[in-house]
Amino acid sequence: MSAPNKEYDPVEVSALDPAAIDAALSAAVAAIAAASDLDELKAVRIAHAGDRSALALANREIGALPPAAKAEAGQRVGKARGLLKKALEERQVQLEEDRDVRVLVAEAVDVTLPVDRAQVGARHPLSTISERLADVFVAMGYEVAEGPEIEAEWFNFDALNIAPDHPARTMQDTFFVESPDSGVVLRTHTSPVQIRALLERDLPVYVVCPGRVFRTDELDATHTPVFHQIEALVVDEGITMADLKGTLDHLAASVFGEGLVTRLRPSYFPFTEPSAELDLQCFACRGASVNNPDAPCRTCSSEGWIEWGGCGMVNPRVLEACGVDSERYSGFAFGMGLERTLMFRHDITDMRDMVEGDIRFSAAFGMEG
Amino acid sequence: MRAPISWIREFVDLPAGLSGRELSAALIALGLEVETVDVVADVTGPVVIGRIESIEELTEFKKPIRFCHVSVGESNGGVRGIVCGARNFAEGDLVVVALPGAVLPGGFAIAARETYGRVSDGMICSSRELDLGDDHDGIMVLEAGSAEVGTAAGELLGFGEEVLDIAVTPDRGYALSIRGVAREAAIAFGLPFSDSATELAPLSAPVPDSQPRSCALIDSSACDVFTLRTLLDVDATRQSPLWLRQRLIAAGMRPVSLIVDVTNYVMLETGQPLHAFDADRVAGGLVARRATNGESLETLDHVSRDLDPEDLVIADDNGPLALAGTMGGTSSEIDLGSRNILLEAAHFDAVVVARMSRRHRLSSEASRRFERGVDRAIAPYASERAASLILELAGGRSAGMTAEEAPHEEVTITIDADLPERVAGMAIGPERVIENLTQVGCAVTAAESRLDVSPPSWRPDLTDPADLVEEVIRLIGYDQITPTLPAAPPGRGLTEAQQLRRRASRGAVAFGLIEVLSYPFIGEHDLDLCQIPTDDARRTFVRLANPLSEEQPGIRTTLLPGLLNAARRNVSRGADDVAIFEVGSVAFGVVGDSVTPPRLTASRPPSADELDALAAAIPSQRRHLAGLALGSVERPGWWGAGRDFVWSDALRIATGIVEDLGVAVSVDAAAYLPFHPGRCAVLSIVDPESNDDAMIIGYAGELHPKVCVSWDLPPRTCAFEFDLDAVIAIASDEVRRGPRFHSMPVAKEDIALVVPVDTAAADVAAALANGAGSLLESVRLFDVYQGPQVAEGSKSLAFSLRFRAADRTLGVDELSQSREAAIAAAETACGATLRT
Ligand SMILES: [Zn+2]
Repeated sequence: MSAPNKEYDPVEVSALDPAAIDAALSAAVAAIAAASDLDELKAVRIAHAGDRSALALANREIGALPPAAKAEAGQRVGKARGLLKKALEERQVQLEEDRDVRVLVAEAVDVTLPVDRAQVGARHPLSTISERLADVFVAMGYEVAEGPEIEAEWFNFDALNIAPDHPARTMQDTFFVESPDSGVVLRTHTSPVQIRALLERDLPVYVVCPGRVFRTDELDATHTPVFHQIEALVVDEGITMADLKGTLDHLAASVFGEGLVTRLRPSYFPFTEPSAELDLQCFACRGASVNNPDAPCRTCSSEGWIEWGGCGMVNPRVLEACGVDSERYSGFAFGMGLERTLMFRHDITDMRDMVEGDIRFSAAFGMEG
Repeated sequence: MRAPISWIREFVDLPAGLSGRELSAALIALGLEVETVDVVADVTGPVVIGRIESIEELTEFKKPIRFCHVSVGESNGGVRGIVCGARNFAEGDLVVVALPGAVLPGGFAIAARETYGRVSDGMICSSRELDLGDDHDGIMVLEAGSAEVGTAAGELLGFGEEVLDIAVTPDRGYALSIRGVAREAAIAFGLPFSDSATELAPLSAPVPDSQPRSCALIDSSACDVFTLRTLLDVDATRQSPLWLRQRLIAAGMRPVSLIVDVTNYVMLETGQPLHAFDADRVAGGLVARRATNGESLETLDHVSRDLDPEDLVIADDNGPLALAGTMGGTSSEIDLGSRNILLEAAHFDAVVVARMSRRHRLSSEASRRFERGVDRAIAPYASERAASLILELAGGRSAGMTAEEAPHEEVTITIDADLPERVAGMAIGPERVIENLTQVGCAVTAAESRLDVSPPSWRPDLTDPADLVEEVIRLIGYDQITPTLPAAPPGRGLTEAQQLRRRASRGAVAFGLIEVLSYPFIGEHDLDLCQIPTDDARRTFVRLANPLSEEQPGIRTTLLPGLLNAARRNVSRGADDVAIFEVGSVAFGVVGDSVTPPRLTASRPPSADELDALAAAIPSQRRHLAGLALGSVERPGWWGAGRDFVWSDALRIATGIVEDLGVAVSVDAAAYLPFHPGRCAVLSIVDPESNDDAMIIGYAGELHPKVCVSWDLPPRTCAFEFDLDAVIAIASDEVRRGPRFHSMPVAKEDIALVVPVDTAAADVAAALANGAGSLLESVRLFDVYQGPQVAEGSKSLAFSLRFRAADRTLGVDELSQSREAAIAAAETACGATLRT
């Protein structure tokens, strides 16, 4: 290593000796290479490139040389200093990089630590499936219609061709408000919204009505006195049962997957004529379990079909009660229970889970069912 | 309706070997809802007719036991020894014997076994063991000569009979009869159907020495056909034959006595309810009339009923004997001693019977049929059928029949021949339409492109063109229709309000709340637990006439009890952190108090006034959003300590949801139960487009400690509830405008002010903002201090103020002026002093 040479006369320009310069450069380069961190490099920089380093002193002594020697010595010293500077810079970059890597390594954490700092919110799956079904219709151009849960009997029964003494009024057990003849009930189905839609809207009417309905059932695994339906109503010129079937197939495919078909069985509802029960091809076995004891299906009890809802062509009497010309217009309506739909779609076996408010139930579905 | 297939076969020649499942599928496709195909007396293996040859009484046991020698036919081993505990038989009786290898209903396998010291080589069966009734009298003893010893008992007893269990919809009353189901079966398989119920051999001539009792109908709108047949000298003590009892049991009815069994049998077969009176307990003739006030009647279920003037009764000279078409009375009931019988078969109005049945909470096989409509023409045939059976099985003589019939107008429905195909959306053709309508019994006359259709007497449900359309299409099969999709006109999507409602729910979820859906029922007790004052409007809830539980007879006025209940359930199930919300409707007002809805017809649309009257009768219903949170908002963990939900979280979430809908909400202190009186905020909003004052929309804060205790919830549980509809009403007609902001440098000033301890921070902030002038960009409180470094009764509030000008970097002077002005304003408004 070189060191300041205070005790020597500066004119004794031994430092300008080419061999000495080479030696100083070699010593500096070796020291740079040996510096293992930025602090060591800093010390090396002071020792070998500082004001009192051999090369700096040599540089300073150039001025004292006779002019003839100046150029040659200057070139030699300059070259050595340039090499030294470059070596320092390269090592600086290298050591900074090494340091950064070390810091990053040192800062590493255990990313498997739990991050469950807060409860994550969730919608109730009945809410999300209701929106999902409504959106299928909205995408087809339907609008979402609404009505009150505490409803006048005229909307809930009379206008739907359910006369006061009609057996259908006892078919569905009704919550009466205040007294059985107050004329006000908790709606037993979403169908009164059909009446409101026809009275309030201009024709043609394409609406879907999701909502909460009430019947005096006791709560058990497959019944609840407070449940949800979604209902669709179309009234236009030239609407046919073929349109009803096509719309149902489209809905089934949208909710349960492509290729699932529906089946209509003749049935009876006062507000539709013809009326039909709506069956859905079993989405679990797609009918493969029928007459096939080797592969029974729990979802459909190996029937191949599951009961999904009711439907039919709007009874002309209903249209007349709403002031719609039944000679010119026809329509279809259908409705299904959302609890049942949810049970099918998500393999839920007990309806009580939907009403008890246990957060583990909704939490399992997150934002979308 | 339970329909044994063998009975259906008596009316229609169904293909041999047709299974119950196949028949069921065909009927379902036609619209009869066959729920199950049951098998009655599901017996396999050797069960044969035996004769008791000898009885050996074994007396050494606790109860008397018989060891019988029973001959069961040479091919079955001749005579077998069988142990039997019953005593209702004698030597020579014909019995049913299950031999080893037989399996009885319920999987009960028979084997030879040693019992009571003897080998019992089979079992003598009771009707119960064979699933043929629930007689407790002992074993089944067959009529002498009714069967050959050693033959299989299966055919005689109807083992393995398939029975269709059909849920009959209200429009298909005719399917509450075997002949009605058989007619559908004939249609399903394209077979001829002859209505044997109307093709009876005439009864022998009435005895010449007696007159039938008279009958009369007073109110022909309630009873338009009344027949009364008089039978004399019958032997009511005879037992119903086996075949009759089997049929009744298979059809789900209990055999009672011969005469009653016959009337039930004929009702099941024809759909016509009949009633038999003991003629010797009837004074004079019978009349169908309305009851009068003060009359009463003890019905066969031994309930004494006060009659309503709307009730239709069958009465004699002394008064009511039966509720017409619903149930007979005890005073004229036939019993084993009855000799002379009056057989009533009549046609009663569906609505009259339905009301009577509902009024008396009395539903019978008869009333179920009349409510759904009975064949108007069948009464005399049914009466004749029943009389023939009684005379055949119980002896006696016919004394003839009297009948009254009110004039009847035949219904003719005219439809366009192409109406069914227009409704179905498929080609059908007039020939097929006529064919199908004829198949269901209609008389059809074609006139050019129109059809005049007269429905048959058993189809009172066919009144409208649409009803005929359904008949045509269901016979073709709904599966024959090719699906199409109608083209809806362009829709506008969800309304603004509907989108905002969805956004509100998503907002609650974004704050970590989990949605629950509670029942909307509420009671005084729920409100008591919430400490709601007695004069509070939330106590005035809409009441149900028939609530599920007397505890909760009303409709909720607040969502909080439902959330409290859900929270309690979660806590009781071990949850530590519960943060939940609900969007649901609440109702206010009392129904029936002042306004009842008008009784409107459905035969025309209501007028605007009528619609208003309907609307006025329905209580006000509003959609609320409420939330409840307890436990950690941030859990403790490796990151350090957690943080529990406190009042300010409830406020943060409530105001956050409202503000996310684009509505500014202001907060003031309030004392409002069920909240802590010192930790409750009232939330208000202002409609910028109206001049109205701020409207209160709800409350947020910590729950009252007593409420937490009452609902078994931890202290400091917090909650909020607000009127979502009110927020959306304002939000939905607001279009948010884009903000204006500037890019010049910001200048920040922190100010700490000392104010009296009860000063609202919001007031100080407002004063600062007011005083700071137009250069102020924002003011934010970042610290509150109360302690030894400020005077007693004071607190220090530290605010961070940000200033910015639109066009320049702010100078030191103008900044300091703004700062001083802000402090001065706070001093004036709130008595604030700068903390030094
Ligand atoms: Zn399946």
